Amino acid sequence: MDLSKKTFHWMMTQRICLQETACYTNAVTQEATEEVSLDSPEREPILSDGPSPAITPVTPTAMLTPRMGLGTAEMFERSLDEIEEDDSGDTFDMHIAVSDPEKVGDGMNAYMGYKVTTKTSMTIFSKNETTVRRRFSDFLGLHSKLASRYLHIGYIVPPAPEKSIVGMTKVKVGKEDLSSAEFVEKRRSALERYLMRTVKHPILLKDPDVMMFLESSELPRAVSTQALSGAGILRMVNKAADAVNKMTIKMNESDAWFEEKHQQFENLDLQLRKLHASVECLVCHRKELSVNTASFAKSAAMLGNSEDHTALSRALSQLAEVEEKIDQLHQDQAYADFYLFSELLGDYVRLITAVKGVFDHRMKTWSKWQDTQLLLQKKREAESKLQFANKPDKLQQAQDEIKEEIEELEGKVQQGEKDFELISKTIRKEVSRFEKERVKDFKVVIIKYLESLVQTQQQLIKYWEAFLPEAKAIA
Amino acid sequence: MTSTIDDSDKEKALSVSVDLNNDTSLLIDIPDALCERDKVKFTVHTKTTLSSFQKPDFSVPRQHEDFIWLHDALVETEDYAGLIIPPAPPKPDFESPREKMHKLGEGEATMTKEEYTKMKQELEAEYLAVFKKTVQVHEVFLQRLSSHPILSKDRNFQIFLEYDQDLSVRRKNAKETFGSFFKNMVKSADEVIISGIKEVDDFFEQEKTFLLDYSSKIKDSTARAEKMTRSHKNVADDYIHISSTLNSLSVDDNTALKKCKYKSVFLEGRVASDQELKLTELLRYYMRDIQAAKDLLYRRARTLADYENSNKALDKARLKSKAVAAAEEQQQQCLQRFNKLSESGKRELTSFKGRRVVAFRKNLIEMAELEIKHAKVGQTGDSLLIDILLSQLKVYLWMYFKAYL
Repeated sequence: MDLSKKTFHWMMTQRICLQETACYTNAVTQEATEEVSLDSPEREPILSDGPSPAITPVTPTAMLTPRMGLGTAEMFERSLDEIEEDDSGDTFDMHIAVSDPEKVGDGMNAYMGYKVTTKTSMTIFSKNETTVRRRFSDFLGLHSKLASRYLHIGYIVPPAPEKSIVGMTKVKVGKEDLSSAEFVEKRRSALERYLMRTVKHPILLKDPDVMMFLESSELPRAVSTQALSGAGILRMVNKAADAVNKMTIKMNESDAWFEEKHQQFENLDLQLRKLHASVECLVCHRKELSVNTASFAKSAAMLGNSEDHTALSRALSQLAEVEEKIDQLHQDQAYADFYLFSELLGDYVRLITAVKGVFDHRMKTWSKWQDTQLLLQKKREAESKLQFANKPDKLQQAQDEIKEEIEELEGKVQQGEKDFELISKTIRKEVSRFEKERVKDFKVVIIKYLESLVQTQQQLIKYWEAFLPEAKAIA
Repeated sequence: MTSTIDDSDKEKALSVSVDLNNDTSLLIDIPDALCERDKVKFTVHTKTTLSSFQKPDFSVPRQHEDFIWLHDALVETEDYAGLIIPPAPPKPDFESPREKMHKLGEGEATMTKEEYTKMKQELEAEYLAVFKKTVQVHEVFLQRLSSHPILSKDRNFQIFLEYDQDLSVRRKNAKETFGSFFKNMVKSADEVIISGIKEVDDFFEQEKTFLLDYSSKIKDSTARAEKMTRSHKNVADDYIHISSTLNSLSVDDNTALKKCKYKSVFLEGRVASDQELKLTELLRYYMRDIQAAKDLLYRRARTLADYENSNKALDKARLKSKAVAAAEEQQQQCLQRFNKLSESGKRELTSFKGRRVVAFRKNLIEMAELEIKHAKVGQTGDSLLIDILLSQLKVYLWMYFKAYL
């Protein structure tokens, strides 16, 4: 049945996210972080003019027309942030970096602490730059607070990165190897993306919990996020109950927009999962390619050694070196494949689950409203029946009771209707915001990815052009 | 399924073996080939100014088995024991693309139409590449023979080129097949014999060490190059899947994106097949050629062993004073044979080295040039795409921004 398929899909996504990856150097990570965290002072004069559509699009054109390698991406990042002004008048100028993962404590009680640096010029924050230390359960705690507050009224709350028992155990046990280093890096990057997505949401940004998370030095331990805690078990029970409910609620959709969007998101979900799987395949194969290239390089070097014609021997050794460098290139490319593409896709698969959750909440709201209405109707019927009953002494009391109940229910029905309309309106806004973000995110990532491809090709050209004279020198 | 190659493809088919002989009295090529199920029919075309042939310009149809017959006939000719016989062309192997085609057919239901078409195209290109390779390898075999001063005059070779009827009659010689089986069994001990023989000649001593070592190294390199090429093809296949999924994802205005992914696919596939042709094929060919050179050494070692045996026999005969003359005669013959083999062997091995160096040079240069060309094309293509996407994104965001307000 459809439900079990969906649950299975969800579980598969979890598993895919838990997979280990190959080693990528820290240097490349640094580079990537730096590029994104550019906070240019040049922006200020442009922004202080206030949000004006006439100015904003022109400036990017002027800045972007001379295209020159990675510089364009930097400038583009800035112009994107300019365009991201929300309607409160306060321009969106905020950047969060998650860095310096450090192991705190020992044994099974150990955890990773991360440094969270917030740089902003927005007035709602007390300081321009704040640094705090947080651990993973703090992030989860934040998410669960936001979810309980905003999800049921229709706001798409970005999902937090997933727990990974296997990954964390390795770290706790102190295995200082490649896979645990990658795991930490993967998590760090995911946490950063999570925070950035959360603060980009105009409503969530102003939530007091978010501000407390970013600014206060001490945070109460979020115990309820542990998998085996009481709250955790409650969550699981609720999830199961929700799943059953979804099957039984038959909503007659009066609004075609919702019908259409719902279908759209179902399709998107499928496609993204498929794409995610393909990209993971690509990452895997590219790593294989790099391994095979390295092994070929070694054997070419040995062949060069045993070759007795000097020039040919030298050329073969050169070939071996070129192939080795190409292997490194392939590794870096695989890194880009993964961090740019694959993680983004994973994030969006989870985000879409959140979107679907919001649609489900709307259905629940509708259902509640309908149920209240049904109850009201029943009470009204009971009231009219009473009028024909033959117990005069109890009649007045019963009638008064019912009248009270009916009034109460009428109020509830009105509230239910209002709730339903509100959630529908919120969802419409949220979905359009989500779509805008999604297209932008994808295009930006694809551009970055293409740029990494271009760089790879440039390097390839350099290497082969260096090799060519060696090959020509064979006499 | 039948497929043919035309002249334009022939131009591009570059040979991995280079002939140092510029003699044009005997020109051979394979202008046409037909693939029917498992059998490939080659059209062998000869242009000659030699009077030993009946006509100056003629063509005959030949099958792979005919080439093998010719090779074996040459190997078993005593007179050619001191020559490096060019290695026989390997059997046409369409197994890999055929298997993939089969798998593709099975998985057709799970893919979109476009993805399926693209995969099919890639497979067809692979099939064509295998086809071109096998034609090339057969052609090179004949061209090596035609440029060799002694082998080109071989009677069997002439028959092969000229005989306008089916050669299979001649081929089905049971004795020959049995003989070659025995030969193969014995050959596997050649390494032991070659390394065991006490070498009297410095040149051959060097060659022996070199060839034994080089042979194992080149086998290793060939295997790894093959693995590398396969990985490359896998990556190219992944790109096909990704690009088709991106298509079905309506990520606004992605025609440019589609082109980008397809180009990446195309390039990755191209790089893989060019690398295959230049590097892997080169290594494969020389792996076989080195084996042929080793065979020469083996034959020479055999004659040396024979010579030493005949010496011992002579000594024994002298001791017993019986049949001395016969033993002497035997010894003389062995010595003669050995000397003849050593002489021609030296010549062959020297020219072999020269040939090898030139071939490596040519192929390495061509591979480097092709890699550069592809990378440049890829780079411009992707840069263009980035510009397109950036401008699209600007327009899109501006429109959305206006709507948002």
